[in-house]
Amino acid sequence: MSKCNHSHAHGQTHDLIIEDLEVAYRHNTVLKDISLHAHCGSSVALVGPNGAGKSTLLKAIAGLVKRRTGRITWSGEDNLKCRGGEFAYLPQHEEVNWDFPITVRGVVEMGRYSQLGPWKKFTKQDDLAVEKALSLMEMDGELANRQISELSGGQKQRAFIARSVAQEAHVLLLDEPFTGLDRDHTANLTRLLRKLAQENRLVIASHHDVNTLADIFDHVLLLNRQIVAYGECQSILTEENLTLTFKNTANV
Amino acid sequence: MFELLEMLDMPFFRRALVAAALIGFTNGFVSGFVLLRRSSLALSALGHTMLPGIVIVVLITGVLNQAGAFMGALLASLLVGLGSIAVTRHTRLPQSTALAIFFTSAFALGVVLLKYVHTSQDLEEWLFGSILSVSDADLKVFFGIASFTLLSATLFMRPLLLTLFEPNVAAVQGVGVRWMNYLLYALMIFALMASFQAVGSILSIGLLVVPGAIVSLFTNHTRWLFWGGGVVGCLGSVLAVIISIPLNIPTGPAIVLVLGALFLVAYLCSPNYSPFKRSPKT
Repeated sequence: MSKCNHSHAHGQTHDLIIEDLEVAYRHNTVLKDISLHAHCGSSVALVGPNGAGKSTLLKAIAGLVKRRTGRITWSGEDNLKCRGGEFAYLPQHEEVNWDFPITVRGVVEMGRYSQLGPWKKFTKQDDLAVEKALSLMEMDGELANRQISELSGGQKQRAFIARSVAQEAHVLLLDEPFTGLDRDHTANLTRLLRKLAQENRLVIASHHDVNTLADIFDHVLLLNRQIVAYGECQSILTEENLTLTFKNTANV
Repeated sequence: MFELLEMLDMPFFRRALVAAALIGFTNGFVSGFVLLRRSSLALSALGHTMLPGIVIVVLITGVLNQAGAFMGALLASLLVGLGSIAVTRHTRLPQSTALAIFFTSAFALGVVLLKYVHTSQDLEEWLFGSILSVSDADLKVFFGIASFTLLSATLFMRPLLLTLFEPNVAAVQGVGVRWMNYLLYALMIFALMASFQAVGSILSIGLLVVPGAIVSLFTNHTRWLFWGGGVVGCLGSVLAVIISIPLNIPTGPAIVLVLGALFLVAYLCSPNYSPFKRSPKT
């Protein structure tokens, strides 16, 4: 199991610290000079143009890509040691094999692997976590027994978010969680992300809609291969910063 | 019927039946993984690559035994697999193209080298298998492969499925994705090794793909793919051995033909996918 300490006694917080992170795919540097500090009980939006490295940053935190330089720690532990319980990761839609013969409930049950490992039996607690995640994403009832191949794009997204939620992880790394969601489910997910942050989790999510940012997240990280600006939504989301983030995207 | 009872008196026929059951079950079971991994093409490449690997080992050591064959097959398939990955990385060629170049070249090399192998077996047996000539020692190997497959797949079913479904999420959840991929690779090589004897290098892929595909037409439950595939592979292979003798057709192709015919029937009758769109009765 994870070596990270889950407890929040005496109101202490856990910190995600990234220092001097650089990630490259072959000769192509995707992220450079990334240093940041985030703590549990908050939510951070990653904003930037296509190819800015948002997905790569999430993957780097999750320990899924090799970093050329730098350190990533979560409450003092190297991020690779925090896998298997502390982190939950939501991949982008197209990276998932949607032909897999499995029901929505089956997908969400997979979220309990960190607790169960290869052999332990499902307990009542696991069932509860699965049910709760399903109902939070409004995927309970008849939908839960559907094959994932029969779902619409938005429903697929909700099923996968439910899997992340069922993990009851400390840090949620969500790549474009709002993709494909209709208005009502966007509002629902907004509430959920707020609630997760209030439960002392750390939510980091890439996001496209600058207008809704401040309603959903506490902090925003403007990213274009390097950090353009990072801080509380109100102070960071200025016209100037946004122009700086989204300009010259063709050349970098 | 009478003939079958008579044939059962012959040891070679009994051995062939047991071998068909073991090989069919192993391949059918593993075919579930092949299907979920969406790697039929790559596997076909592997199957073909085993021939030169085994031939080269025979040329070096002078004998054909299971251990040598396994090492040869493993090395050759690793070379081809890694080679195609390397070429894909350094060029713009898709991996399927690179793989096709490598495995056809390797197979061609194997056929050429066969000329220099002095064993009693002829080319046809190498290419299309010879299940009627398996020995008791071979049977033990098949039994070992079947046991290993069942045991390891059952023990690690959960992490294997997580890996196959979405490896990144699985890794973050603490699954040893790399080890699970090695295990999958080993299971496929073992299964191919077994079917190499039964149906030969070219047709082995059929035995390792068709059973799972048949079962997938009828079930949405992941676990059924494996056990159902095992049963279909086992029964199909045994049936093929039985009918191949009175019909006087080679056993290896008979196995793949029977499975192919079963797939056709399954496709036409499948409640979900039948082209006739009949409403399901069961």
